[in-house]
Amino acid sequence: MKNPAGEFTSRVWLIASFLFLYLPIVTLIVLSFNASPLVTTWAGFSFKWYGELVRDSVIIEGFVLSLKIALMTATASVILGTFAAVALTKFPRFTGRTFFSGMVNSPLVMPEVIIGLSLLLMLVSLQRLTEDTFGVGFPERGTLTIWIGHTLLGMAYATVVVTSRLREMNPQLEEAALDLGAKPWQVFFLVTLPLISQSLASAWLLSFTLSLDDVVLSAFLSGPGSTTLPIAIFSRARLGLNPTVNAVATLTVLFVSIGVVAASLWMARVERRRAREMAAAVKN
Amino acid sequence: MSATPVSRRPAGHWSDRVVARLGRKFVIGVPMVFLLAVFALPFLVVFKISVSETDGVRFVDLLTWTEGVLQLKVRFSNYLYILFEDDLYLQAYLSSIKYAALTTAICLFIGYPFAYFMARSRPEIRPGLLMLVMLPFWTSFLLRVYAWKMLLADNGVFNNIAIALGLLDEPLKMMNTPFSLTLGMVYTYLPFMVLPLYANLVKMDIRLLEAARDLGATPWQAFWRITVPLSRGGIFAGALLVFIPCVGEFVIPELLGGPQTLMIGRVLWDEFFANNDWPMAASVAVVMVLLIIVPLALFNRYQAEQASGGKA
Repeated sequence: MKNPAGEFTSRVWLIASFLFLYLPIVTLIVLSFNASPLVTTWAGFSFKWYGELVRDSVIIEGFVLSLKIALMTATASVILGTFAAVALTKFPRFTGRTFFSGMVNSPLVMPEVIIGLSLLLMLVSLQRLTEDTFGVGFPERGTLTIWIGHTLLGMAYATVVVTSRLREMNPQLEEAALDLGAKPWQVFFLVTLPLISQSLASAWLLSFTLSLDDVVLSAFLSGPGSTTLPIAIFSRARLGLNPTVNAVATLTVLFVSIGVVAASLWMARVERRRAREMAAAVKN
Repeated sequence: MSATPVSRRPAGHWSDRVVARLGRKFVIGVPMVFLLAVFALPFLVVFKISVSETDGVRFVDLLTWTEGVLQLKVRFSNYLYILFEDDLYLQAYLSSIKYAALTTAICLFIGYPFAYFMARSRPEIRPGLLMLVMLPFWTSFLLRVYAWKMLLADNGVFNNIAIALGLLDEPLKMMNTPFSLTLGMVYTYLPFMVLPLYANLVKMDIRLLEAARDLGATPWQAFWRITVPLSRGGIFAGALLVFIPCVGEFVIPELLGGPQTLMIGRVLWDEFFANNDWPMAASVAVVMVLLIIVPLALFNRYQAEQASGGKA
């Protein structure tokens, strides 16, 4: 864009859009230091809501549970997502491929109330069936069922991330390894996996944050005693404004920003090192 | 690509070929079985329950064997109720589609120039801008929606500032209105519109625009006749990524919507959690799936094209 009017419009539009995106986040952070229990009326700077947070057992227990589920979800999602991505990129033809890719992609956009309800009704039916047959109902609603639901969602995102990396990868590297006598599984572990490691890390982080943030699936799939952090926050937010929610929000934003920035710096470093090694290998 | 065709089949001992074939089965089979069990099967269960009779707490089996007679009990009364008896449901479906369409249109209106200007900015600042779009996406969606409550409430930040500055005498009612609902949905789904559009626009061949200019097109003409048609794929993907989840959105209408803003996601939630009417909730879900099935199929086709290296 050479003309100054266009340059000006572009600046203004970008700045206004970013303000729109960041205004609520900044507000959350600023008001978390408000001394007044009336969240939106400023009454001086204070850390008191953070102090309340430490004593708030519902929030603390919810956080621990959410963290546990998010770790399990991210790991399972990356494994299943990598399988699905390899199946979709390396095997152009197999029975049920269209159906398979439909099932992988649909959770990306499918309203969560539908996924949550249908998964719950299936699990309850299974539980009743096992109860009638063996006398013990399985699975009990709780951590396990939330994990299954989150993994379905996380896997869909992981598949998209890993697929796009596999597609832009140079196929000659794998072919060269095969020609040099490596077995397919060796090619996968020694060539493919190191080359896509960065996308695996992104997919892991993405499914981790999705799980840590999910309300709807967790609400359908949780049982008594399995209140995740988002469920706890949601039930407070429904009732009105709550200063402890602001404190939780600020910590989340801090945690996530540091995590994302650190992860992308690390990935950029890995990328640069790999580019250097690749260049060196080609030169030799 | 090299000129010599490369054999995909692993050469060598027969046992290697068996291992390779088993490996292939395993790679496809594991995610396939998982998805069939937790995604496809639940839909069948939902459909079954939506037409089931309830007998107290349990659903009666569709097929029963009583006194040597096979009975098939199917109950469509929920569907008849949704469609003809109570117009709450039809209104909720229509209003959900209306809000989803409105959100998609506004996201496109804000997001297209946003993505366009990002894609045309200096290459060295693009990764930073992209990071700025992604960052809110990584921070909790629930908390960002909650934040709008603080901004828009009667005693919220906007009203407080406006009153302090003397712009308003009494608070303007913004929360729990169609305005706050639409704003919340646009805010949440804007990155879903911007990211595919940006990915598309940044790859566009600038030389086409230069050619258009050399041939005498004004920048405006070049934009409408070259840039926009070439970015159809991005517009399409972005619109579907916004529209489909918006139809069934629950959290945003629950936190920011009000009595005037009927959304089907909330109706389903209430049938399930408040009324404990599982067959009714299941019927509402089945009708919702039918409503989004066409956009969903289009989205799946688009994703499949992307994955197999089709046009972007």
